[in-house]
Amino acid sequence: MSINATLIGQMITFALLVWFTMKYIWPPLFDSLEERKKKISDGLAAAEKGQEEMHLAEKKAKGVLKEAKEQSSEIVNLAQKRANEIVEASKDTAKKEGERLILVAKAQIEQEKQQAKESLRKEVSALALRAAEQILSAEIDKTKHQDLLSKISNQLG
Amino acid sequence: MATEAHAAEGATGYIIHHLTPLTVGEGFWALNLDTLFFSAVLGGLFVWFFKRAAEKATAGVPGLVQNFAEMLIEFVDNQVKDSFHGKNELIAPLALTIFCWVFLWNFMDLFPVDILPLIGSLMGIEYLRVVPSTDLNATFAMSISVFCLIIFYSIKIKGPWGFAKELMFQPFGPWLLPFNLLLKLVEEIAKPISLALRLFGNLYAGELIFILIALLPWYIQPVLSFPWAIFHILIITLQAFIFMVLTIVYLGMAHEDH
Repeated sequence: MSINATLIGQMITFALLVWFTMKYIWPPLFDSLEERKKKISDGLAAAEKGQEEMHLAEKKAKGVLKEAKEQSSEIVNLAQKRANEIVEASKDTAKKEGERLILVAKAQIEQEKQQAKESLRKEVSALALRAAEQILSAEIDKTKHQDLLSKISNQLG
Repeated sequence: MATEAHAAEGATGYIIHHLTPLTVGEGFWALNLDTLFFSAVLGGLFVWFFKRAAEKATAGVPGLVQNFAEMLIEFVDNQVKDSFHGKNELIAPLALTIFCWVFLWNFMDLFPVDILPLIGSLMGIEYLRVVPSTDLNATFAMSISVFCLIIFYSIKIKGPWGFAKELMFQPFGPWLLPFNLLLKLVEEIAKPISLALRLFGNLYAGELIFILIALLPWYIQPVLSFPWAIFHILIITLQAFIFMVLTIVYLGMAHEDH
C-alpha cells in the first residue's frame, strides 16, 4: 500500500487522458450538442412562424370568400333584374305582334268579306237577272226593252 | 507486505493476498503493474468509447453510443456550469475524464473478487489487485495532478503576488500573517489529501467487505454480497461524482480573484 513510482506512471496516464479528452472528445461532441440545440430552436421558431402565417392566410381566405359571396349575390341580383327586363320586353313585343297579327287577320277577313260580297252580288244579280228574264221573257221583248234591262243590270252590278 | 503475505495463511492470508499488488522493483521505484495495467486499459476503454461517439457525432438524430456519450457530456457540463463561473477550456474535459475514469476504476470492484486473480494465477501471476482505486498511488496521482492545476491556475489568474497575498493576508488580515499562512497551507494541502483518501478509503473498505463476504460459507454469500453489490453501485458512482465535483469546485476557487 506504500507510495511508489506507480504514482508517477498514473499521473502521466492521467495527463494523457485529459489531454486526449480535451483535444479529440469534448469539442466534437459538445459542438454537435450545441448544433442540435440550435437546430431544434430554429425549428420551433419556424413552426411558430408557419402557424402565424397560416392564421394570416386563413384570415385572408375568409376575406376573399366573403368578397366573392358578395360579388356573386350582386351578380345574381343583376341577372334576375335583367331577366325580368327581358321577360317584360318580350311580353311587350309579343303583345305588339299579336295586335299586328290581329290587324292583319282582320284586314284579310275584310278583304275576303268584300270579295265574297262582290261575288255574291254578281251571282245575286245574275240570279235576279235570270229570274227577271224568266219572268219577263214571256212578256218583255228583249230587244224592246234592251235599255231598261241594261240599266237594271248596271244598277245591280 | 509481500513477505507478510507469504507468511500468513488462512483467512488473513487470503485477505492480504487479495489486497497485495503485483509489484516489480524495490523501494520507491517499485511499480504496481496491476494498477498501471488496469487503469490504462480502462482509460483506453473510455477513450475508445468516447472517440467513437465523437467521430460519428451528428446534430441530427443521435445513435445509441452518441446518445449515451452526450448524456454524460451534458451531465458534466451542467455540473461545471453550476460550480465554475470562469472561462476555461480545460475544466469540462478534465471533469469528464475524472468522472469516467474513476467510475471505471471503481467498477472493477463489482467483478467477483476471486475471478480475475484466479485467471491471473493460471497465467502465473501471483498477486493481482484489480481495482485501481484501492491503490493509494492511483488516487494520489489524480489528486496531486488536480492540486498542481489548482496551484497553476491560482498563480495564472491571480498572479504570483496575488496568490501570495491571498495565502498571507486572508482570512484575518496582515497582522496575523503566520497564522494565516499556516491556515491557508493546511487548507490547500488538505484538498489533494482528502480527495485521494476519500476515494481510496471508500473503495478499499468496499473491496475488503467483498473479500470478507467471500470468506463466508457459500450459502450465506449471496444474501450478503447481493445487497452489498447493489449498494456499491451507488457508492462507486457517488465517489466518482464527488471527485469530479470537488475538482471543479477547487479549480473554481482557484479562478476567483478576491
